Amino acid sequence: MVDDIAIVGVGMHPWGKWGRNFVEYGVAAIRDAIADAGIDYRDIQFVAGADTMRNGYPGYVAGATFAQAMGWTGIPVTSAYGACASGAMALDAARQRILSGLCDVALVVGADTTPKGFLAPQKGERQADPDWLRFRLLGATNPTYFALNARRRMDLYGATQEDFAAVKVKNARHGLNNPYARYRKEFSPEDVAASPVVSDPLRLMDICATSDGGAALIVASMEWARAHGFADPVRIKAVSTTTPTFPNTIIEMPNFASDSAAGLPAPARTFKQAIGDAAYAEAGLGPDDVDVAEVYDLSTALELDWYEDLGFCGPGEAEQLLRDGVTTLGGRLPVNPSGGLACFGEAVPAQAIAQVCELAWQLRGQATGRQAEGAKVGITANQGLFGHGSSVIVAR
Amino acid sequence: MTDTAAESPRTRVPAVDGWFTMDDEPRLLGTRCSETGTVFFPPETTMSRAPGHATATLEPVELSRTGKVWSYTNAGYRPPEPYVAVTDPHVPFCIAAVELEAEQIVVLGQCVAGVTVDDLSVGTEVELVLDTLYSDDAHDYVVWKWRPIGWTGASGEVA
Repeated sequence: MVDDIAIVGVGMHPWGKWGRNFVEYGVAAIRDAIADAGIDYRDIQFVAGADTMRNGYPGYVAGATFAQAMGWTGIPVTSAYGACASGAMALDAARQRILSGLCDVALVVGADTTPKGFLAPQKGERQADPDWLRFRLLGATNPTYFALNARRRMDLYGATQEDFAAVKVKNARHGLNNPYARYRKEFSPEDVAASPVVSDPLRLMDICATSDGGAALIVASMEWARAHGFADPVRIKAVSTTTPTFPNTIIEMPNFASDSAAGLPAPARTFKQAIGDAAYAEAGLGPDDVDVAEVYDLSTALELDWYEDLGFCGPGEAEQLLRDGVTTLGGRLPVNPSGGLACFGEAVPAQAIAQVCELAWQLRGQATGRQAEGAKVGITANQGLFGHGSSVIVAR
Repeated sequence: MTDTAAESPRTRVPAVDGWFTMDDEPRLLGTRCSETGTVFFPPETTMSRAPGHATATLEPVELSRTGKVWSYTNAGYRPPEPYVAVTDPHVPFCIAAVELEAEQIVVLGQCVAGVTVDDLSVGTEVELVLDTLYSDDAHDYVVWKWRPIGWTGASGEVA
């Protein structure tokens, strides 16, 4: 177990397709987080930015970009990129600074402006880049990989497309009153079934969109928080940014193949299981302690995978958990009370931070219209391009 | 691109170098870690990725030609570039992840044109074939694809 740090401020810019400079969204989120904390920007001693890969050079040095936009104050910055886990990597950098005593208060921020449609690789002939080659040689998009996992659930566990649609229906309902969500509209199972197949068995409404958005956290040492009037702040108990253990026998985006298990034995726990395991171990908590979760529903079926990978139920039991209403608001363990990616769409570098923002609101009892009542412990989880995943545990 | 292969003056070339043989019974080309027996596809050439075996040599190896479907899907929409569109409008094609038993590895590949998701199940036995991925005036660019064993042609409606 490691020492806690405090979340003293949270802020977000609404998700959408605004088409403006990503820096604007980040700055809006930072200003909200600073106002939430009741501090001055000049109190911040470190900036950790999560990078965007789609907005040129300023996106590759996000920490400095936001520090400049807020007005240079001479403090150190860092910029982190780890696909879907970028925000958690930035948070981890800030946490390390705080826990090592190098600073008391840090800003974590990520924002993105995304193009429409499938996420595509960079232009040019790049024969040595697997992300380029998978499009050229296979026509394999991100939903291709989501669909392979969905089909496995159907074959191994008897999941149905109706189960997947039920995840969308649930999350759409959760997000109805979330002012930061891009889509605030109820969907019926029939709506999902009527949407076109993108990657069989997944339909358009099973797959998350790409969005613009920004999210920010102000984090601080527990000592600083107490000294500045935060008597009972939401605390960060764990930040896991685990990588796979060789051989990783589950095929990962954007790879052409899994690792081979013909030489060395496959690890007992899969990569996605290991992400949650590390977070639980660091927090000294287990799945039974969790009251609320924000997990990456890049596809509806992937949300179900997370129920099992995070230990909320056994393998093949996720559909039953969903059908029993356990993961719906009002149930024992609401999952994606924010509405999840189904209502937000993915703004890559902001998303892992936004998950933590939502849990902070949930644990403070400030999630109006989507509150998981009495929640004391929350967990986030995400995973995207090969080797990148994260999980954050917060408690109050 | 209405020319049939038989009439084509184009040269058949692999769409990527060194990943498969160009025989009638093609094989994927990988490498094998001399110390652990772990197989790498696409072929790893720098060093073995088996932790602790960086000094092992990497030996060229041909992978099994047949395997069983681990999972599968299709492309309902035309993928973005650098995918090269071969039909207009787009005709969905299948993509299968195939488990090779001896190598204990799962390898992705498109299925040959005409195979639909109704032709596939987890566990379906498939074999490796070569097929044209796309063409230009001088070349047919060839890639590996999976084909269900015993599959005789398009079932249901033909696109």
